Amino acid sequence: MTVAFGRDHELHRRRFGRNLGLGLVLAAFVALIFALTVVKVSQGDSLQGYDHAPRPELVPQPQQGGN
Amino acid sequence: MTDTSAFDGTAHDAAGEARFGDYVQLLKPRVMSLVVFTAAVGLLVAPVPVHPLVAFASILFIALGGGASGALNMWYDADIDAVMRRTQRRPVPAGRVGPQDALALGLALSGISVVMLGLAANWFAAAFLAFTIFFYAVVYTIWLKRSTPQNIVIGGAAGAFPPMIGWAVATGGISAESVLMFLLTFMWTPPHFWALALFMNDDYSRAGVPMLTVTHGRPATRRHILGYTLALAPVGPALAVSQIGGPIMLATTLVLNAAFVAGALRIRARSDATAAADHYAVEKRFFKLSLAYLFLHFAALLAEAALRPWGMGGW
Repeated sequence: MTVAFGRDHELHRRRFGRNLGLGLVLAAFVALIFALTVVKVSQGDSLQGYDHAPRPELVPQPQQGGN
Repeated sequence: MTDTSAFDGTAHDAAGEARFGDYVQLLKPRVMSLVVFTAAVGLLVAPVPVHPLVAFASILFIALGGGASGALNMWYDADIDAVMRRTQRRPVPAGRVGPQDALALGLALSGISVVMLGLAANWFAAAFLAFTIFFYAVVYTIWLKRSTPQNIVIGGAAGAFPPMIGWAVATGGISAESVLMFLLTFMWTPPHFWALALFMNDDYSRAGVPMLTVTHGRPATRRHILGYTLALAPVGPALAVSQIGGPIMLATTLVLNAAFVAGALRIRARSDATAAADHYAVEKRFFKLSLAYLFLHFAALLAEAALRPWGMGGW
């Protein structure tokens, strides 16, 4: 069976510019988030991976001195 | 800055459907350019260095927040935009974008810009941006604009916050310098806007916006312009002797303040008849000077910061 692809609906042609613009904005947004992530990671900003390992700050510290 | 893009002529197709450019126009790109510039200066003159990409992203999200408040403004003000010549071809009153679409775009971009600024920079700057959007959309647009002739005085604060947000991106807080940058734009807004109102009076009258020219008349507006110009004058010199100032800033502010005060005095001395006779030439010149006034002040601050690594900027 062959699928006959008809011509684009008139709506698609009419909205092509708008859809293209939105697509480019979204692509730029993804690229920006990726670049920001690379910068944040390489700067050593506080990051926490939930890898089932105990997190040091959650382990109770032994009391120092006192009564 | 005032959006004077009266007839941008954004094209739309025969079906009257919105194009991508119409949605961009909802964000008031000209106002956004001032937000970008002043926020960038606030960020770059701060004493804490920021990674260039983080700085770029932060300014982008501040601009997006400014755009969001512009869209919310166009949603709420569609009725008065439709009767003002300067604004009747905006996308909502022209029928190219539905009011609900403008509202949705404004709310969505508000959320995105605030969350992304928090993730890219810090949550103090993000909260500041959220407050700024709220201030412009709710305090100015919904509350003050239609209820008091002092609308632009208090509402102008929203346009004055971006350099403080830029500073907060770098430092995570507020300081005397960032407050002075805020004051520069805040005190500058009334003379800038009222000069425009003097020669655009008909528009505001038709829309029923209680602009000072409408409620108190032009002579009172002229006095107010002079009063706020005099109140603005010390802010630039205070910035010039601050930690982020220097001789370039001092020279710039002295020259500009002299010209600005002289212009305000000329406006104060004129009568309506004189102004109408020369088609408000003095008022229009003062309005143009006000644009240069703000731009050159922030440019001078930027120059001081740019020259500092070479031992030339600052005191």
